[in-house]
Amino acid sequence: MKLSEVKDILKATIETGGDKLDMEIRAGAGGDLMSDILRGPKEGVLLLSGLNNIQSIRTAIIAGASALVLVRDKTPDEEMKNQAREHGLPLFTTPFTMFTACGRLFNAGLRGVDKKRTV
Amino acid sequence: MAHLTKTYPIKARDYLKAGEVSMEIHGLMKKIGFDSDLIRRVSICAYEAEMNVVMHGGDGVLNVEIGSESINLNVKDSGPGIEDIGLAMQEGFSTATEEARQMGFGAGMGLPNIKKNSDRLEIISDKGMGTEVRVGFTV
Repeated sequence: MKLSEVKDILKATIETGGDKLDMEIRAGAGGDLMSDILRGPKEGVLLLSGLNNIQSIRTAIIAGASALVLVRDKTPDEEMKNQAREHGLPLFTTPFTMFTACGRLFNAGLRGVDKKRTV
Repeated sequence: MAHLTKTYPIKARDYLKAGEVSMEIHGLMKKIGFDSDLIRRVSICAYEAEMNVVMHGGDGVLNVEIGSESINLNVKDSGPGIEDIGLAMQEGFSTATEEARQMGFGAGMGLPNIKKNSDRLEIISDKGMGTEVRVGFTV
């Protein structure tokens, strides 16, 4: 799915990366523990997190995630936005909780990074 | 490509600066033009090792050697050391503080993630001796 669809499905606000809405998102991953996140996302993966600090931005960049969505309307600070901008990482915020945000994306056809698909 | 060596200091308990060294290595490798999967693997290992120093170590240093055939990370700290390395290598085992967990760390996946993403890993540590983590990658 396109990043623009992610934005619509999550009723998201664009903090950075508004020029990348045509980007193709292949899978999604969610989490608040950075080491867990580092095991999953690669290129083309959308990352959802409730962790609103600079480490979620660094983790997304290092993991090679395509975009980061902060759930529950968490507002990133300037340093987070600057670092996301500097590395070309689209950063969105959504009013939905992690569960609801993931559910809405899954319902629209986006799948996880699980090695063995059970659904 | 010429052999490139850099050494960066890492400050214990500084959770805001934590990760800056790894971001520099990430940027450096990108600038040189390495394959994106290798950049990802080296950066993940650097980040996990850097976070371990921030969370558990006293102050430390990260040394990176970038060559055309191999990349080596050497991370040394003056912290309390690892009493049982086998236990520390188990997924989910963590001795992280509440402060580290609030920053999103302490999943107990740091050393296992380093092992998973590297080609060579050696940990030299004992209680009260500090820790040295040597991580190698074949280019």
